[in-house]
Amino acid sequence: MMTILSTPVITGSGIDKHYGAFQVLHGVDFSANKGEAVGIVGPNGAGKTTLFGVLAGATAPSAGSVIYQGEDITTTNAAQRCHAGIARTHQVPRPFLGMTVFENLLTAAQNGAGLSGDDAEKYAVHALQQADIAHLANRPTSALGLLDRKRLELARALATAPKVLLLDEIGGGLTEGELHQLIALISELKADGLTIIWIEHILHALLKVIDRLVCMSEGRVIAEGAPSDVMNNPDVMKAYLGSELEKVL
Amino acid sequence: MKQFVQVNSAAFTTERWYQVGRPALLMGALLLVVLATVPFWSSGLVVDKLTTLFVYILLAVMWNLLAGYAGLVSVGQQAFFGLGAYFALRLVEMGMSPYPAFFVGALGCAVIALFISVFALRFKDGEFAIAMWVTAEVIRILVMFDPIVQGETGTSLLVMNQYEPEFRRNSNFWFGLVAMAGMLGLVLWLINSRIGAAAQAIRDDEEAANSVGIRVMRVKQIIFVVAAFGCALAGAIWLASSVTFQPRTYFGVQWTVFMLFMVLVGGLRTFEGPIIGAIAFFLLQEFLGDYGVWYLSGLGVVAILFALYVPNGIWGELQQRRGLHLLPTGVRLKLMKKD
Repeated sequence: MMTILSTPVITGSGIDKHYGAFQVLHGVDFSANKGEAVGIVGPNGAGKTTLFGVLAGATAPSAGSVIYQGEDITTTNAAQRCHAGIARTHQVPRPFLGMTVFENLLTAAQNGAGLSGDDAEKYAVHALQQADIAHLANRPTSALGLLDRKRLELARALATAPKVLLLDEIGGGLTEGELHQLIALISELKADGLTIIWIEHILHALLKVIDRLVCMSEGRVIAEGAPSDVMNNPDVMKAYLGSELEKVL
Repeated sequence: MKQFVQVNSAAFTTERWYQVGRPALLMGALLLVVLATVPFWSSGLVVDKLTTLFVYILLAVMWNLLAGYAGLVSVGQQAFFGLGAYFALRLVEMGMSPYPAFFVGALGCAVIALFISVFALRFKDGEFAIAMWVTAEVIRILVMFDPIVQGETGTSLLVMNQYEPEFRRNSNFWFGLVAMAGMLGLVLWLINSRIGAAAQAIRDDEEAANSVGIRVMRVKQIIFVVAAFGCALAGAIWLASSVTFQPRTYFGVQWTVFMLFMVLVGGLRTFEGPIIGAIAFFLLQEFLGDYGVWYLSGLGVVAILFALYVPNGIWGELQQRRGLHLLPTGVRLKLMKKD
């Protein structure tokens, strides 16, 4: 197993986010170390995706800061963060619908990874194969079903050559067999040294990969630590797991 | 600096637009050569009409680049059409020869477009469209303050009268042909380049585009400036042909309406569509233009019918129904099968 360095690669400190009077995040502190896989769970509306938006640069926090590899990146945009190595998938897949699958990945390799010519093409093909969608390469993305769009979402993030990968419910809707493939792929990426931050409701899949678990509720982190400790936390059980806990454990 | 994992991809090849579209490119080049000889064997009327067609094609292709490929629907492109003519007029007034002035004036418009883009591109969708219309009106009013324009009265590019009518007509034709061919080539390259792909990604989903590292503002600015430059060239050619310059005519919103009509009829988001749309518009104008208000009503009816029943335009429909692809854009991947 890869040794996890104790220095955080990405840290969010005291993050607040409100839309008018409605506060979504309340002083959230979050960090992930290099090569670590961190799971985030919580009920719907807990603020998980908003936290992803803040880490990825799509959402500006109302207060707090984001530090990446020792640098304050709070005011940088999503493209700058992608160039620095932070990639994300979206909860609802957002492919570029006027392009084919391969063109989506090539665009990500050219702009996110900063590659050109053959290098960009090679990298896009690699991402295509990693996500097991090579057979869909020339298909217009508008013709893809939900599952293939999810695979594309993952492949497109990988094509940007990330160091930190934010996965937002990437396992939702997959069959058991597809989940096994996904777990194998994410484990492989982790072994390659990627930092994985994964929001997921399919707990048994999440628990096979992660080193640490964070539970959020109503815009706050209510527990974090070793997955088994978090699962047994009474607050977590009350807020999120309920009867699901017995099934998972 | 990013660290890349070892890539052991299967053998593959890619097929790009210039490989797939080689026959069409050769045919297009041949057509341009034939067109260049038209003044030697055809009547002055045909030369004039074709010059007008070149202007329409330029305008349609520019609007399609902006709205079709980058999702920037503008109703203010007349700003650059008018400015292109105005700058040419001003440069000639300052002593520059007309034809270099047309080109330099268009470059000046591109610079102005870069400044306009800083605020205009902060708007989205309908707001952007209206912001561009307002911008065009503001520019028209500013131009009318210029003493040589004399407000609504306008002025003329009298220096063109120093040339023999035939020389002037042919020069306008060749200038228009070169401008159109050059811009068609530039747009074809651009939409197939990394910038074009990024523009299409922004059009499809701006936030997702940003999340894969696309510098949204920079890409939009490039497309915006190129489209402005093309419209400015069209304005200068129009001035060269008509000689007179009246702000209300050159900065009129009808120019953008014509662009929209040509692109809708020909086929939005295709390279060939706007060219076909421009030819259709030109023919409609030739055969029905004398019917005045009925002609304008007819244009409206045609636009509505296309929007309702042929939303992909003539070329888009041919592509879908007949699988016709003269100049396919994008990249096709061919993975080699394992033995």
